[in-house]
Amino acid sequence: MKTVFERTPTLKDCPTHYCPGCGHGIAHRLIAETIDELGIRGRTIGIAPVGCAVLAYDYLDVDMIEVAHGRAPAVATGMKRTNPDKIIFSYQGDGDLASIGAGEILHAGHRGEQITVIFINNAVFGMTGGQMAPTTMLEQVTATTPKGRTAAGEGYPLQVAELLVTLPGTIYVERCALSSVAQVRNTKKAIKHAFELQLSGAQGLSLVEVLSPCPTYWRLSPAKAMEWIESHMTKVFPLGQLKGGR
Amino acid sequence: MTERGQSSRGGDKRVLMCGNEALAEAAIMAGCDAYFGYPITPQNEISAYMARRMPDEGRVFLQSESELAAINMVFGASATGQRTMTSSSSPGISLMQEGISYLAGAELPAVVVNVMRGGPGLGNIAPSQGDYFQATRGGGHGDYRTIVFGPSSVQELADCMLLAFDLADLYRMPVMVLADGILGQMMEPIVLKEKPRRDLPAKEWALTGAEGRPQNIVRSLWLGEGVLEELNCTLRDRYEQIQKNEVICEQHDVDDAEIVVVAYGVAARIVCAAVQKAKQDGIKAGWIRPVTLWPFPIEQISKAADELRIFLVVEMSNGQMVEDVRLAVSGKAPVVFYGRPGGGVPTVDEIFELIKQLTLRSKTPI
Amino acid sequence: MTAEGLYEEIVIAGFGGQGIILAGRLLAQTAMLAGKEVTYMPSYGAEVRGGTANCMVVIAEKKIACPVVGRPDSLIVMNKASLNKFAQRLKKGGLLVMNTSLIDSEPQLDESIEIVAVPADELAVELGSQKSANMVALGAYLQKRGYLSPDAAAQALADVLAERHHKTLPVNIAALHKGGEFAQRHCPV
Repeated sequence: MKTVFERTPTLKDCPTHYCPGCGHGIAHRLIAETIDELGIRGRTIGIAPVGCAVLAYDYLDVDMIEVAHGRAPAVATGMKRTNPDKIIFSYQGDGDLASIGAGEILHAGHRGEQITVIFINNAVFGMTGGQMAPTTMLEQVTATTPKGRTAAGEGYPLQVAELLVTLPGTIYVERCALSSVAQVRNTKKAIKHAFELQLSGAQGLSLVEVLSPCPTYWRLSPAKAMEWIESHMTKVFPLGQLKGGR
Repeated sequence: MTERGQSSRGGDKRVLMCGNEALAEAAIMAGCDAYFGYPITPQNEISAYMARRMPDEGRVFLQSESELAAINMVFGASATGQRTMTSSSSPGISLMQEGISYLAGAELPAVVVNVMRGGPGLGNIAPSQGDYFQATRGGGHGDYRTIVFGPSSVQELADCMLLAFDLADLYRMPVMVLADGILGQMMEPIVLKEKPRRDLPAKEWALTGAEGRPQNIVRSLWLGEGVLEELNCTLRDRYEQIQKNEVICEQHDVDDAEIVVVAYGVAARIVCAAVQKAKQDGIKAGWIRPVTLWPFPIEQISKAADELRIFLVVEMSNGQMVEDVRLAVSGKAPVVFYGRPGGGVPTVDEIFELIKQLTLRSKTPI
Repeated sequence: MTAEGLYEEIVIAGFGGQGIILAGRLLAQTAMLAGKEVTYMPSYGAEVRGGTANCMVVIAEKKIACPVVGRPDSLIVMNKASLNKFAQRLKKGGLLVMNTSLIDSEPQLDESIEIVAVPADELAVELGSQKSANMVALGAYLQKRGYLSPDAAAQALADVLAERHHKTLPVNIAALHKGGEFAQRHCPV
């Protein structure tokens, strides 16, 4: 019998703790495939955030560290500066990267750290119970915006990718989505490109923002959540290669 | 790149250096691979020195965007097995506490230098010993300890940097060197000389890329039932070992003393002068100087308290180490405190007068 | 002051830019090279330029306990504000070296205090470098106290002067000697 599909080795053979319909599992697989395809498992170090993906090291079979909330880009800096031959990536959610860690990602980008950042944007804090994130959409109902987010009350959704584009230290910024097979395939290409850039020694930070479903705290079915990404999120977070095309 | 234990500046020659620069050079000698830090007075000479010297030695210097970032850069570099450090002063150390707690939880070695200034809040930039509690009680959240050195001379400051890196690696934990504005700024002749080093285990836990081996994970998160308790018990056992093996303490003329003055750091130098003066005046005085503030010299002080004598504790604070002295004395002898907080520095005469009064009073029949 | 008993606490003060820190560092370096124990403690205020500058130097034969000088044995003041700030702290029997180029009044001091009044700026200008007034004052101090010579300081100067200023070594060395000669002539020991 011919094998047409198999689990990529760097993705561990175990069930995840993620909710049904969550995007983290897909994003993990894309990273694991990239690492295996590039043959860099033996020189890659991953950084897990605080948030739903805090246990990413249980699913990705590379050397990994779990760090304080938002500080992954600083940790990555310490690693890459002392180990320029290693491939360093951080995996961060929107609470981690855009809220408490806004300073760290801004300055790592500003310094042009040679690291790869995978930024999972699902417009909500998942692990702590569905509170508002900086990326929460206007009118979106969360545990801490029970009547929906308002511009007057909580401000507009924060467009981190667009912010980072303005920094000379970033070399590649792309926003993708996990909302369809085509988009997942495109996300894979973007993630792979970001790793390849680091592998080539390119001088600067690369970031792939991934619009990812959270059916649980969007109060939607997994299928509806995928639709909501395209109908709502991409309006505020337009997809595309914002800086440094591949 | 110079080898660990070497520095292009080391040797037998006496050189005049300020504390901040001496500790930086000693760190280079100790094999510090990377320094990360954010400016704050009165320790800016450290980062300026490292900015010049680390690239010369083929090592890493980086000015971070904040103390939060600095300690997390240390966290990252340490996790890959590198020897690394940061330095700051009181308000900056407060910001680093999160990272120090994570270092303790993840069992990562690192050296953190605190050149203390007056507080609370922004305080002032004058010398102070107001961060003793913060340093010796862990400082951040959770159930942990840091080894803390409280050197009192530029030479000792440099020497304890060498030891700090070794102990951090040996026990896999953050080690803090607690200096103050005087020690950081003052110059003294020192000899930057290699000292005997500890045998250190290989860092098999380090994140180096999982080439040909199972994945390594560095983490401080343990959600499974009882797992964190187990880790905490491991740490507790390690802390007990440290308490048993790593206490450093200097004591003079304690045996026949009617008064024993306890002080650390710069305050201990002032105490030393005051005690000498008291002895010239015929007073039977001795002094104890903890060099490690944690582990604290509990046994030494407890033993000294077996004879009835007065203990005087002198600090540049409102009284912090005095609590450890009281615990060690455990009610066996009276403990009197004298402190100058907020950047005040006690004078030799102040302490001498106090010693005189206390010893007079103890002779007055009630 | 016997050699074994040497325990000299000095405060050097002036305004920022007068080379107070350099004078203190030179004194400390000279003492170290002579095999003595020494501590040097600069003031480290928030001001970067201007304002007051002072430093404390302790020189002794034995281990020095306290680097902070409350009551100096000797005081070198380069301007009036520093004289006003520190003069009352001098120990009885202490030594005051004051720069009369910038201090026009006679201080009211305990009669046990000896005064070396040296027109440091004027003497430095004679050498063509007003900036060397600090060295003139230090030279006068060393000559008066006698435990280290102005010449010993001259030999240590290259160690503490930043390399980019080494072209000023000759004039600064001349200033040290000039201060020494002035003290010898006007205030013999």
